[in-house]
Amino acid sequence: MAWTRDEMAARAARELQDGFYVNLGIGIPTLVSNHIPPGMSVTLQSENGMLGMGPFPLADEVDADLINAGKQTITELPSSSYFSSSDSFAMVRGGHINLSILGAMQVAQNGDLANWMVPGKMVKGMGGAMDLVAGVKRVVVVMEHCEKSGAPKLLKACTLPLTGARVVDLVITDLAVFAVDKSAETLKLLELADGVTLDHLRDRTEARFVA
Amino acid sequence: MSRKTVATAAEALDGLLFDGMTIMAGGFGLCGIPENLIAALRAHGVRNLTVISNNCGVDGFGLGLLLENGQIRKMISSYVGENKLFEKLYLSGELELEFNPQGTLAERIRAGGAGIPAFYTKTGYGTLIAEGKETRSFNGEHYIMETALTADLSIVKAWKGDTAGNLVYRKTARNFNPMMATAGRACVVEVEHLVEPGQIDPDHIHTPSIYVDRIFQGAVFEKRIERVTTREPEQGAV
Repeated sequence: MAWTRDEMAARAARELQDGFYVNLGIGIPTLVSNHIPPGMSVTLQSENGMLGMGPFPLADEVDADLINAGKQTITELPSSSYFSSSDSFAMVRGGHINLSILGAMQVAQNGDLANWMVPGKMVKGMGGAMDLVAGVKRVVVVMEHCEKSGAPKLLKACTLPLTGARVVDLVITDLAVFAVDKSAETLKLLELADGVTLDHLRDRTEARFVA
Repeated sequence: MSRKTVATAAEALDGLLFDGMTIMAGGFGLCGIPENLIAALRAHGVRNLTVISNNCGVDGFGLGLLLENGQIRKMISSYVGENKLFEKLYLSGELELEFNPQGTLAERIRAGGAGIPAFYTKTGYGTLIAEGKETRSFNGEHYIMETALTADLSIVKAWKGDTAGNLVYRKTARNFNPMMATAGRACVVEVEHLVEPGQIDPDHIHTPSIYVDRIFQGAVFEKRIERVTTREPEQGAV
């Protein structure tokens, strides 16, 4: 049985540590905030200029001046702070953010990440993704193991244009969890989802990995 | 009235506009955009613009208004996914586009305002963004060189400003506005509340007056929201 999106988010939440400053991408990574263990203090950064993102507002609290990087309305917390885009990316580039959790189209066995463009299709832009993967200390990718077509997304080399070279540290898919050994250019299988066999995983993974 | 204060957006832009110019526009999505100045640019009809802004508005609002009026020739942005007309104009070749990583865009503008011609960043090393750019290693890490950005005009939205030109932004509407205020050869600002000097604590000023050339209180602030997202009150909560 493959993991659900929520189970993948719960697994990603196990990478959090007390006191961490974390940036969560759009999609499954956003769900990670629902799985922060009680009593653990984790501060969420929104790269449009906020530390300490609160929950979505009640209908009567909606404020046009307070949105997250996905352009959704949010709220502030007593510990929140606001700053400019250049300050925001100074803390990203400067290595002050402990963890970035984001989605991906492809990840290669050397840690290369592709998640911003498909040649021939309209490109929306990379937003802050290139800055985050280049600057944040630890990069965790959460994604489906294969494309809808069944094609593998964990590859020997990315075929899509890169968001960052050798930047991914950990990959969580619906089938398994891998650590990236960048110097050996090999993935290391850490966990299998319940009921997923090694053969099943090998059939769906192009990247080299050791079990 | 101080030397910098004007009554309307049109007056604020008077004499500053010419076809083919480069304009920086603050905002992230529709949050913190100078909506009165964008409307005035549309009414003026200045064309062939290069616009530096993180996004390009949405269909029918923000910079989308200039796009649909055929006034923009080139965008320098990090993300333009919210705008269908943008896609159409880009694919037909009517619109030029330069993508910058968001942090690189912010820093290029900051550098432009601070008199720093270029800087090195890890962002984009080994990607398409690095093509044609100088690379250099520092302490065993690879970096690419990015150059500063300036503009003929920056249009900025602040929450509160005084007639001397000191500005305070509000919440995440700050975003690109402070850097852009420093990097335009002229800087025009619209505020929701225009006050007299002394009514803002000098310790609370985000943008000092030196960067601001003209300031006015906007006539209308629609402050449209792209994705209103709410939660339900908890059961039993008062």
